[in-house]
Amino acid sequence: MEFAELIKTPRVDGVVLHRPFMPTVEGTLCLTGHHLILSSRQDNTEELWLLHANIDSIEKRFVGSLGTIIVKCKDLRVIQLDIPGMEECLNIASSIEALSTLDSVSLMYPFFYRPLFEVIEDGWQLFVPEEAFKDLESMVLFYPWNETTLFGLPKEDEEDNIALWSAESAFTVDEAVMMRAAQPLTGTNGRRCKEDEKLINATLCAGKRGYIIDTRTIAVAQQAKTRGGGFEQEANYPQWRRIHKAIERSNVLQDSLIKLVEACNDQSHSMDRWLSKLEASNWQSKVKEILTTACLAAQCIDREGASVLVHGTEGTDSTLQVTSLAQIILDPACRTIRGFEVLIEREWLQAGHPFQQRCAQSAYSNGKPRSEAPVFLLFLDCVWQILRQFPCSFQFNENLLIMFFEHAYASQFGTFLGNCVAERVKLQLSQKTVSLWSWVNRPQELERFLNPLYEPNNLVIWPSVAPQSLLLWEGVFLRWNRSTKCLDEACQEMVHIIEYNKELQNKVNSLRRQLAQLETEDSPLQTP
Amino acid sequence: EGHIQTLRLDCVEYVKLLNKYAEKKSALGTLYLTATHLIYVEQTNNARTETWVLHHHIVSVEKLPLTASGCPLLIRCKTFQLLHLLFQRERDCQDVYQSLLRLSQPVKEEELYAFLYNPHQNEEDRRQGWEFISVANDFSRMGLSNDYWEISHLNKNYEICSTYPSILGLPKNASVAVVTGSAKFRSRGRLPVLSYYHKDTKAAICRCSQPLSGLTSRCVEDEQMLQAISQANPNCPFIYVVDTRPKLNAMANRAAGKGYENEDNYSNIRFQFQGIENIHVMRNSLQKLLEVCSMKSSMSDYLTGLENSGWLRHIKSVMDAGMFLAKAVCEERASVLVHCSDGWDRTAQVCSLACILLDPYYRTIKGLMVLIEKEWISFGHKFSHRCGHLDTDPKEVSPVFTQFLECVWQLSEQFPCVFEFNEHYLIEIHNQVYACQYGNFIGNCQKERLDMRLHEKTFSLWPHLLKNQHLYRNPLYRRSLESTVLRPSTLPLHFKFWCGMYNHYDRGMHPKQSVLDQLLSLTQKQEEGERTMTELQRLAVADGVLPDPSGPINTPTEQDSPSEKTPTAPFVQSNGSCLPLVNGDAEEAGPGAEKCIDKEGAEPGATEHDLTSSEDKPVSVETEHSKEEVQESS
Repeated sequence: MEFAELIKTPRVDGVVLHRPFMPTVEGTLCLTGHHLILSSRQDNTEELWLLHANIDSIEKRFVGSLGTIIVKCKDLRVIQLDIPGMEECLNIASSIEALSTLDSVSLMYPFFYRPLFEVIEDGWQLFVPEEAFKDLESMVLFYPWNETTLFGLPKEDEEDNIALWSAESAFTVDEAVMMRAAQPLTGTNGRRCKEDEKLINATLCAGKRGYIIDTRTIAVAQQAKTRGGGFEQEANYPQWRRIHKAIERSNVLQDSLIKLVEACNDQSHSMDRWLSKLEASNWQSKVKEILTTACLAAQCIDREGASVLVHGTEGTDSTLQVTSLAQIILDPACRTIRGFEVLIEREWLQAGHPFQQRCAQSAYSNGKPRSEAPVFLLFLDCVWQILRQFPCSFQFNENLLIMFFEHAYASQFGTFLGNCVAERVKLQLSQKTVSLWSWVNRPQELERFLNPLYEPNNLVIWPSVAPQSLLLWEGVFLRWNRSTKCLDEACQEMVHIIEYNKELQNKVNSLRRQLAQLETEDSPLQTP
Repeated sequence: EGHIQTLRLDCVEYVKLLNKYAEKKSALGTLYLTATHLIYVEQTNNARTETWVLHHHIVSVEKLPLTASGCPLLIRCKTFQLLHLLFQRERDCQDVYQSLLRLSQPVKEEELYAFLYNPHQNEEDRRQGWEFISVANDFSRMGLSNDYWEISHLNKNYEICSTYPSILGLPKNASVAVVTGSAKFRSRGRLPVLSYYHKDTKAAICRCSQPLSGLTSRCVEDEQMLQAISQANPNCPFIYVVDTRPKLNAMANRAAGKGYENEDNYSNIRFQFQGIENIHVMRNSLQKLLEVCSMKSSMSDYLTGLENSGWLRHIKSVMDAGMFLAKAVCEERASVLVHCSDGWDRTAQVCSLACILLDPYYRTIKGLMVLIEKEWISFGHKFSHRCGHLDTDPKEVSPVFTQFLECVWQLSEQFPCVFEFNEHYLIEIHNQVYACQYGNFIGNCQKERLDMRLHEKTFSLWPHLLKNQHLYRNPLYRRSLESTVLRPSTLPLHFKFWCGMYNHYDRGMHPKQSVLDQLLSLTQKQEEGERTMTELQRLAVADGVLPDPSGPINTPTEQDSPSEKTPTAPFVQSNGSCLPLVNGDAEEAGPGAEKCIDKEGAEPGATEHDLTSSEDKPVSVETEHSKEEVQESS
């Protein structure tokens, strides 16, 4: 298919762009196969380059012959384009609609994008799974993207998704592991599977205990039995104790995000209405639930030295939130930029979180959600909450999290395309697209994501999950609704103080050295 | 030590101070009651923890039903601290309960701490301390007297208005007859006078109480008074008259012979209601907020509780009114006259907030002192009544001043670089207002304070705060930004719950690492580094390593306050007058504040972040809970 067929009007002059907290720009609007571009064609004026893939929905309005298109983006930004001429406006609108809802993955921008930077380190070769598990000594390696048969796992078991993660030896706990899986297929008649029992029980040494954290309530887990799913019967897994938590299924999340963003964008309401809408969105409750569960998993490992198996239904959503957050709490390596990338690669991409399905639409989507759900965004929100409570323990800052959010929803890079490793291999992403990591890990880019307050901290960091401690993530949800001038100034000032201090200490030290040197040179003369 | 005999030292052993979330962890300790403080001492191994609570800070003492583990006593403080004590013997509990009831509710002013407290200053220091902040100086700073406004001594004997200060800013062209006539037409004689003069626009903020207009009354002098205020501003032909009350409340007052200005009777006024609720609504709102804060609730209950308390709605209404004033002055160059009913609660909030929005001086450490002295203390905000210093009418108590401090905090969240002070400063002022350790906030108006001879018998808080100002500095403060008028967003979503105030003592809820403390310690390191640098450079020049005495390296920000040069101890002890508790060297900590010798409390400005605490007492409040769940589920 040619993109040109979808572009009814490739350019319109005299278009006015309105963005909150920015001056309006008048210029020429151009549509390309992947971008909406507005350029004033004047020097020093910022141009707008918007990926069609970033567009969540559009609205049209007409006043006389002046048409207005409201473009609502997946990164939650809302912009307005005033387009002279009704026909042009209609053409532009329908072109955008068509281009932003392309079905075929291979038409997505990453397949067309050619980097303007030199790829020094190919992100596709960066994270080799063996590396990630290298700290595990006595464990057998499982390759999560391989087929079930390689595990010797029974066919009726959904546990095709097991990954192991070891508590590093840095922790004073005995070797405890965290595992994730999907639900066992016990069904209503309580089927058993010897191999599964053997596998699960084999991870525990004699006399050791383990916890199975089922992210669903017992009622939901019971219900799953009628659809062939279920949970582990304790009699069959004697060393394990099962705990149920109440993380809701991902399909409820989409609704929660829509409500939250709607509340954040409505400038007209009173304090009471705002708070009640914030409450009704349920987003903050979900943040709390997930963090609580992650703390629980971390606690089992850190406090009890017990192994943990986490699962919900599929093991690709809430399970990943819990296991990855628990690692951030426990493992200082996950709080570095590289370590966090490894975490996303291992616990999300390779673990088969269906990014393409989950991130197909965002908060402004009008359509009925199919499999869309901001599971990953909610995870990033939880990371932000921990980061806010431990502002000195992360090598990265909030910008990195926001960047991941943006790229998960729309990107020039292939990293978040596809729904699992198998799909990505089939799409030949590593040959045909550029990896996000190739770009992020360039020193010029990394600078933006560095936390000036970072001081490596090897301890376990326990976040507070009291409601008072969990704030609305303004950096994402109020990002386009506030002026960041004052906050940016504060950031600059902070960097300034820290850098000046470093510089000063260096100068003091070097002067001190010089003087000391002088003294040692002088001293033989002084001693008689 | 003469006064030690007057202290009755009660001491109860085997008391537990319950941690809200982990009862098991509490060790046994000893409770002491002194004349001024409740002190709880817990000794475990080598660590000694002391919790000090000033009796004046105690707002209620409640005996809870007996449990298997003992007799619980719940102590609530005006600083929002909650103490949950557990006694082994019922009689001990009863004794302490009785003593605290008596100690926490003094009947006469002379029983207040300030009359007993002596920071070892001589009379000259004391006098200077009281003169340190002067409202008269602030009038000069604003440019008074000038062509339009003058400083008047008409009220020097408090005859025109007993609750006003002795010096008043009045329009030059208002005659004595107009001034006295207008005073008679205003509730409690609180006539329209100058609160703030904005040099650049020549617009003024004036304040007063409601007119005694009833349904039909009018007063020529009062009308002339407003006319005079209007004429004192050559830049605008009208003045705004802002009634900060909800319209309904104001109308109800008309029936009682009070009310609001009739636009038909006053020339060139634009009348405006603002809808800030009265002290009773605010008191109940805080009550509800505190219930939410102390409960261990779900996110949903918390947000619903926050909404139902109405607290943030009220904060927003004060902020909105303050914004209205500031905008009128700086954008329309219009003068504003503000009142509520008596003009000492809402009016004080709104005028002082507008001052902060308009004038960067009030965003400095000293400037805030001046502002509080001017708009609150001198204009007769009834601190004694509103804070419940004495055992008087509980219906007079209201968190009006707390709300003002919160508005300032909300602003500092939106503008992190424009305030010279940090959150600790606001919280310390709040604690001091209720502590009655210094005389500033005792009494309801200037005349009362004069009659009590507070300046002779007590000390002023301000020099004490200034001495400790290194604790209260905002490291991000940038003087270059100071000249701007603040235009905060007052959208509901920009107001936050102030955890640092209302859950101040729930340390587990706060970020475990504080950016502020980190930056404060960096600034301290920077000062030390600069000193060392100067010294080393001196040596280097002497030794010939450096060719040229170029002086210290340039400092990035010109932080020039002299007091910063003093090396800073992380926690400054304020006085030694209270009896030494143990070892003879336990000085009293920041007044009324708790003094912990445990590792958390002892070094608030310490460089090390608080990670030790996350190591040995992990939690996250609720993860502790989830651990119990682990055990329960087994």
